[in-house]
Amino acid sequence: MTMKSSTRQVDGVTIVDLSGRITLGEGSVILRDTVRDLLSKGNKKIVLNLGEVNYIDSSGIGELVSAFTTTKNQGGELKLLHLTKKVHDLLQITKLYTVFDVKDDEAAAVKAFAG
Amino acid sequence: MGEAAANESGTIRPMPADRVSYTLDSTLETVNSAEETASRMAAEAGFGDEEIMKISMAVREAAVNAVLHGNAYDPAKKVILAFERTGRDLVITVRDQGRGLDMSKVPDPLAPENLMKTSGRGIFLIRSFMDVVEIHPTQTGTELKMIKHVHG
Repeated sequence: MTMKSSTRQVDGVTIVDLSGRITLGEGSVILRDTVRDLLSKGNKKIVLNLGEVNYIDSSGIGELVSAFTTTKNQGGELKLLHLTKKVHDLLQITKLYTVFDVKDDEAAAVKAFAG
Repeated sequence: MGEAAANESGTIRPMPADRVSYTLDSTLETVNSAEETASRMAAEAGFGDEEIMKISMAVREAAVNAVLHGNAYDPAKKVILAFERTGRDLVITVRDQGRGLDMSKVPDPLAPENLMKTSGRGIFLIRSFMDVVEIHPTQTGTELKMIKHVHG
């Protein structure tokens, strides 16, 4: 159950396509490293496409929060795209759903960045 | 799985055969296998897919707490994971060999000052997924007991 991450650029926005599980020690680390790498290269408009992420644990949720905050602290924006029901429900019960800007359409996500 | 025990007069009593216990190392692999075992046990107990997911997630979170926080990955410390099926319940206990959880230090992850923290949601999620959750810290370790009622 490895997590896979790949990135692509759409209109100046980086879309990170993730698949697998964002969990302690595995997916969490890949997510963290991917976002940090993007920010270090000046990519500050980030969309995490979670359409193929069917499992996240509390560490993974923590990593999403960390990615959000780190991006914001560097003057960027991070949005979530295509939440599966499981991830959606977890973000709801942890009251994080309204913290993130969640989109269900990629084009809308790309357009939604300020500036 | 069944065992026998002798009472004082030497009579052998059959022990309930529906309790199984695993002694595991304090590793990430244990977290994964605890989750898988919980998934299997929940399926055997007749739970539906959604409840199997909740149970295995709760056990995963409990195992993370035991490995990461309780035992701090110490190879000399074990995690004891036990499943017991009673008539109405699946009872799961996860015990570590740490110094005992200080319950006053367990944050409320929904409080505004904690919402954006990157950790502290494990116990909250366990309580969201399971019907009964009891935490028993002692100086030689913490036991977390979780119960899911079997319906129908």
